[in-house]
Amino acid sequence: MSKERIIGHGVSVLSTAMLAVLPAAAQTVEERLATAEAAIGNAQTAGDNAWMLVCSALVLMMTGPGLALFYGGLVRRKNVLATMMQSFIMMAVMTVLWALIGYSLSFAKGSPFIGGLDYLFLKGVGTAPSGYAATIPHLTFMVFQLMFAIITPALITGAFAERMKFSAMLLFCTLWAVVVYFPLAHMVWGDGGYLNAFLGGKIPALDFAGGTVVHISSGFSALVCAIYLGKRLGYPKMQMMPHNLVLSVIGACLLWVGWFGFNAGSAVAAGGLASNAFVTTHFGAASAALGWLLIEWIRLGKPTVLGGISGAVAGLVGITPAAGFVTPMSALLIGFIAGVVCFVAVTELKKRLGYDDSLDAFGVHGVGGFTGAILTGVFANSAVNTVFKDEAGNALPSGLLEGNGKQVLNQLLAALIAIVLGMVASWIILKVVDLLVGVRVSGENETLGLDVSQHGEEGYNLDFDYVSSATLSVPSNGSSVSAAANIVHE
Amino acid sequence: MKKIEAIIRPHLLEGVKDSLQALGVQGMTISEVKGFGRQKGHTEVYRGSEYKVEFVPKVKVEVVVDDEIVEGVVESIVKTARTGKFGDGKIFVLPVEEAIRIRTGEHGLNAV
Repeated sequence: MSKERIIGHGVSVLSTAMLAVLPAAAQTVEERLATAEAAIGNAQTAGDNAWMLVCSALVLMMTGPGLALFYGGLVRRKNVLATMMQSFIMMAVMTVLWALIGYSLSFAKGSPFIGGLDYLFLKGVGTAPSGYAATIPHLTFMVFQLMFAIITPALITGAFAERMKFSAMLLFCTLWAVVVYFPLAHMVWGDGGYLNAFLGGKIPALDFAGGTVVHISSGFSALVCAIYLGKRLGYPKMQMMPHNLVLSVIGACLLWVGWFGFNAGSAVAAGGLASNAFVTTHFGAASAALGWLLIEWIRLGKPTVLGGISGAVAGLVGITPAAGFVTPMSALLIGFIAGVVCFVAVTELKKRLGYDDSLDAFGVHGVGGFTGAILTGVFANSAVNTVFKDEAGNALPSGLLEGNGKQVLNQLLAALIAIVLGMVASWIILKVVDLLVGVRVSGENETLGLDVSQHGEEGYNLDFDYVSSATLSVPSNGSSVSAAANIVHE
Repeated sequence: MKKIEAIIRPHLLEGVKDSLQALGVQGMTISEVKGFGRQKGHTEVYRGSEYKVEFVPKVKVEVVVDDEIVEGVVESIVKTARTGKFGDGKIFVLPVEEAIRIRTGEHGLNAV
């Protein structure tokens, strides 16, 4: 202000106006630095937030239409709509549940085993960043995690496809989310979670994008569902071929693309770690498709399209826990192993044990998820992502190949916790749901198909298709011919 | 008048159609059908589960012709639809009581 006094009152008005136009001239260095820092922060938030919103949308696309198409094509045509609905409805049910209690039970500070009630009804979850991700709005983190909660119960539906009541399925998935998913998400990813390697867990397990939380939990719960509900009528004697593998191919490819959001998005920022996860995810899928096809070609004589896409999904499952911890070359190995192991599970294990896991939710997600969890402990590399540090802050080895053999044990323990929790809770929930509404449709409705019996609709109403569907669904044993013929007249 | 029903291999339909037209057959009806005789179906494998597909896709050709050319038509179909392997199909010849052209109301041979 001394300047003004020297120049005199006459020009001081002009000089004040100039100061308003060029405020920088009057700012201290500290002020300018603060402005620049804020601008940098905003720019980083803009970049990270744009990426994470896109990833959230990609992960939603995995359930609808990805999984809906993948599963929908694998069932018989009389169940196509009901099967797609089981995926679709999770997009609605889980969203509401997540908004009300799910996010809080998963991510609010609480006990090591389940989150608290701080975020109930999304209280305090706004545009300001959270402790989980410093550069994106808390709302973005919340909605990204929501998409995982949607697909996980949807994966289980593959095990009880073609025979579960819609009401029972809704009840089961809702209870399962509360009893299994929310606690497990908290244990692995939540602040203070029992298995969280980054935020003070007792057993520091590595699960980058949900191998344990999503795939092991849903896959092993799926096995319980398949056993509890029992086999579909006529299984395995009756013909139950996939009614439209074209849908399944489209669905699997959408899953593959959506998985970039799932895994690369789990970096929760648009940086180098996201790139690593993106590349390992892609490599894992490609290598697993080849692995499945190769062993199928050798063992069964022909490389099938269903084998190729099943292999790709198995690889994506296998690389999920590892995506942000391993190198691209390790990803090729993990994918290949996951492809071969899941092929054996789906073709040999299922036949030996005799359960009817209609769409192989256990064989692909349970077995693939378990394989991936263990292999993450083998291949995790501190150069990719530093997990463990010594007192001075230097990187310690992550996985077995680096010299940290104990990590495989950590991975195994975390997987076992997820397996036991998922299987025991699923059995109890199924019992409860069975008592309340009954889990399985009547034999008559199962023969009629879930589309008509549960929803009063059909997937394909073209007249020509309608007639030929009745012809095609005539099974080889004469007794069911009349049942199939009845459908035409109803 | 006789009706000739021929169940043939789908990919040989074009040749059968041409040969019948050359004999003066004016029209025909075809349908996609499935069935089996001595040619058994094939096996499909989905994730290791084997399914026997017993009904093999065939094409059924139906023509109604004058008694005089029945022999010729049958011979011609046998010639053009034969590969010599199981699954070449069958020909059935049935008597036809009457034929009516809906547009004009004509009866008998004039109607076919």
